[in-house]
Amino acid sequence: MRRRPTLRSIMRRLVFLASLLALGQTAGLVAARADDAVEVKVGFIRAPHVRETISILDIPAEDDAIAGARLAVEDNNTTGRFLGQSFSIEDRLLKAGDDPLAAMNSLVEHGVSLLLVDLPAAQILALADAAKSRNILLFNVGAPNDSLREENCRADVIHVAPSHSMLADGLAQYLVWKQWKRWLLMKGSHSEDQLFADALRRSARKFGAKIVEERVYEDTGGGRRSDSGSVQTQRLVPVATQSAPAYDVLVAADESEVFAEYLPYRTFDPRPVAGSAGLKPLSWDPTHEQWGAIQLQNRFMKLAARRMNARDNQAWVAMRMIGEAATRTGSSDPKLLREYLIGPEFSIAAFKGQKQTLRPWNLQLRQPILLGDGRMIVSVSPQEGYLHQNSELDTLGLDQPETKCKLQ
Amino acid sequence: MQAAMMSRLGVAALSMLVATVAPAAAYTAYVSNEKGNSISVIDTEKLEVTKTVKVGQRPRGVALSRDGGQLFICAGDDDAIQILDTKSLTIVGELPSGPDPELLILSPDGKLLYTSNENDNLVTAIDVATRKVVSEIPVGVEPEGMALSPDGKVLVNTSETTNMAHLIDTETRKIFANVLVDARPRSAQFTADGGELWVSAEVGGTVSVIGASTHKIKQKIAFEIPGLAKEAIQPVGIKFSLDGQRAFVALGPANRVAVINAATKQVEKYLLVGQRVWQLAFTPDGKYLYATNGVSNDVSVIDVAALKVVKSIAVGSFPWGVAIAGR
Repeated sequence: MRRRPTLRSIMRRLVFLASLLALGQTAGLVAARADDAVEVKVGFIRAPHVRETISILDIPAEDDAIAGARLAVEDNNTTGRFLGQSFSIEDRLLKAGDDPLAAMNSLVEHGVSLLLVDLPAAQILALADAAKSRNILLFNVGAPNDSLREENCRADVIHVAPSHSMLADGLAQYLVWKQWKRWLLMKGSHSEDQLFADALRRSARKFGAKIVEERVYEDTGGGRRSDSGSVQTQRLVPVATQSAPAYDVLVAADESEVFAEYLPYRTFDPRPVAGSAGLKPLSWDPTHEQWGAIQLQNRFMKLAARRMNARDNQAWVAMRMIGEAATRTGSSDPKLLREYLIGPEFSIAAFKGQKQTLRPWNLQLRQPILLGDGRMIVSVSPQEGYLHQNSELDTLGLDQPETKCKLQ
Repeated sequence: MQAAMMSRLGVAALSMLVATVAPAAAYTAYVSNEKGNSISVIDTEKLEVTKTVKVGQRPRGVALSRDGGQLFICAGDDDAIQILDTKSLTIVGELPSGPDPELLILSPDGKLLYTSNENDNLVTAIDVATRKVVSEIPVGVEPEGMALSPDGKVLVNTSETTNMAHLIDTETRKIFANVLVDARPRSAQFTADGGELWVSAEVGGTVSVIGASTHKIKQKIAFEIPGLAKEAIQPVGIKFSLDGQRAFVALGPANRVAVINAATKQVEKYLLVGQRVWQLAFTPDGKYLYATNGVSNDVSVIDVAALKVVKSIAVGSFPWGVAIAGR
């Protein structure tokens, strides 16, 4: 293994470089001398998320997600200082109609071949296919679609965001542990809602819950935070939830932010709500503070003047994974970083109580799922007693024997 | 069974056995309660809490002055190190610690305190007599564990997110070596001869044994406990027995303290303690080891010769650090 430079040797090298520059040497010579130093350039391509959230607390900030990556760049640079490595991030915030492919190509022209993407699934797939055999590595920090990890999995996409099936399993384990096994499933009328509903249905089967009835909440427009919203929803929700068979918990699949947040306290029967509202399965939450997470929250607050949400955290983890791989391999080459990340040596500490590793068969990050009610973390899955022959984290989401993924 | 065993033992051996289980000498253990914002004071003879002292916010690392007269307490959320007079059990002053001090260690001559500032990526050196900061040393992200070589010349700090042990020359107060270890390094300890530096990695699940002069990892100690997921084994506190023959490593949510042969590095035994066992401290005679259990709000007392947990003592909320003084 190559000897790692000490701070003193780095300082000596910097002084040497400075003197070379002072002598007016060519840039080429300087670059040749700096062959030990590693510069890791990362790009971030992101599409804005809808601002018409039901709760104003959920309106995404301008620096949504990228603020997490920026914090990890700071963290990586603190470490990099001891090793002669530097990290930077270049932001590409798309506007409606912008082609993410053009953004990727312009980043690649700037020498960026590691990309964090917070984009819809179809666009991630398009980027992955365009990136193929160009030595580019993508990190999905936003899209939960199982298809990206299954039939549409790609060898150049690492999934840091948990999948719908991991989130649904995390919730299902807890509800079953609570003996709330009879679910009334309400899903939205958009295709993304359908995907989460599919995952919830699968989880119910997997862990022994029963969906007593499935209802669709049509998006007819309007509502949301209008002036008379509370009056409307107070009348609409009981009607939408009445005459249901006996159930323990209402499970909502509303990825489109149309109705779920209106459900708690307004259902016809007095029942708790989970899924897209009430008790939510999450990779991270602004209220999470266990396992030293308060440290990360404090650092994030200093940088972004707000608490860290799930997308911020997924971007932080992705950037830290890049930092960890660069530290351990002494390289910024996507091929070498990928090899390290999917290998047996890699694990990342990300403030959720245990090490997180990659599933080598579909490049999904294994991780605990937090269950939060917006005020605090109620529980963390996997729940005690759900065993697995390899990793208890693999009780969450589609497992290796059932995967449809063939990495290519 | 015990009676049968005893009957087989000779008189000499019997008297030795009695000696090892005899009541502990009278020491005082101080346990910081991270969420209780208090220090539980334990009489090690009676094995009970005699007093609970209100202190600053989020007390974690604790260290005693050389004469045992003062307890230094990292009050992280107050950005200060408080000084507790151990006679009167009152706070008699504060040291300027820099932001969010977490752990601290006293120089062999007792004149300097080194503390890790978790939020600011610094190690701060404080002159105890003048109560002034004499140096701030930039280290990695989330500095945590602190260790000093027996000769006091090398200060070690671990940084949790950078995953390094930083070796600092205490004279120049500069880092002269960085050793990459496994994820989330927590505790660092030198062997008594100063030849080895042991560093626990909480998330990595290992203890790295580093050659103190080579700055290279000689060996990694891993742990395996039947019936426990490997992710649950999270080494934190490390302490060497007084005779240097054994290392004790607290394994966090595995709820066990591992007993390791310091020479062969083999795990000899796992002792079942309370939940999320965290930090460790020996009584000054080396006969008993106290382990703080963060989640079950108690400390486990381990009989070092018998390798048995002899008592659990309920303390405050989230016990974290522990230090034990003679009287």
